[in-house]
Amino acid sequence: MALRHFSRSYPVLGGAYYLAGRAASDLKRRLAEQECPAELTRRVAIAAYEAEMNICIHAIAGEVEAVVEGEEIRLVANDRGPGIPDLARALAPGFSTAPEKARALGFGAGLGFTNMQRCADEFTLCSQVGRGTRVELVFVARPEPAESEKGGRQ
Amino acid sequence: MRLAEIVDALGLQVRTGQESLSREVTGGCVSDLLSYTMANARAGNIWITIQVHPNIVGVADLLDLAGVVVAGGQEPEKGTLEKASEQGVAILTTGETAFGVAGRIYGLGVR
Repeated sequence: MALRHFSRSYPVLGGAYYLAGRAASDLKRRLAEQECPAELTRRVAIAAYEAEMNICIHAIAGEVEAVVEGEEIRLVANDRGPGIPDLARALAPGFSTAPEKARALGFGAGLGFTNMQRCADEFTLCSQVGRGTRVELVFVARPEPAESEKGGRQ
Repeated sequence: MRLAEIVDALGLQVRTGQESLSREVTGGCVSDLLSYTMANARAGNIWITIQVHPNIVGVADLLDLAGVVVAGGQEPEKGTLEKASEQGVAILTTGETAFGVAGRIYGLGVR
């Protein structure tokens, strides 16, 4: 199946908890409109939401870029933030450096990267301490979408 | 089971999303961690939480949940109810604990 092309960049502001989630909502709507399979739409929406929340919780600002082309959906989340000193530790389920405010709202449970990895077919994380973090996610439309949720390669 | 039947059986207050009451409830999730709900709740599920901020509407909308029960007598924020009205997400409130709500919905046969 081929998806109609579109690309979009969504700005995300650090600390603006109540605004985060707009990229995920917009993407979900656009994918649903063009009859993207429900399971693929769900995977993209969940990962986009987690990427947005990570920027919101940890960075000063950033953006989530989405490119839909053919059978592939690519998300790139870039932020200007503190960076991650230990990537392996950051990827461990349950590990989090989120502030108390985020945790009180039910964020920062250390499941963001775990959810992104489970949802995406490809997951790449790069970070530079003091500069920022970049997450690249690729989702592929397939005839058996249920299988792909097991995916996530680093 | 339809959402309306759960509302009636538990005496939940329907704060928003009246139009969703005819939806079929396909299961449930109890969590106050948004990422956990993101990972585990499926379309048509009912979500029981004590979180009251507008992000619960975002999560419910993204996952296409049947509705959100805000338990424990917690009052949803004004912004939460506004956003839920706009998006047609059912927000239901009750003084009963999350444990009690989950137990009763499970008892009604929702699995």
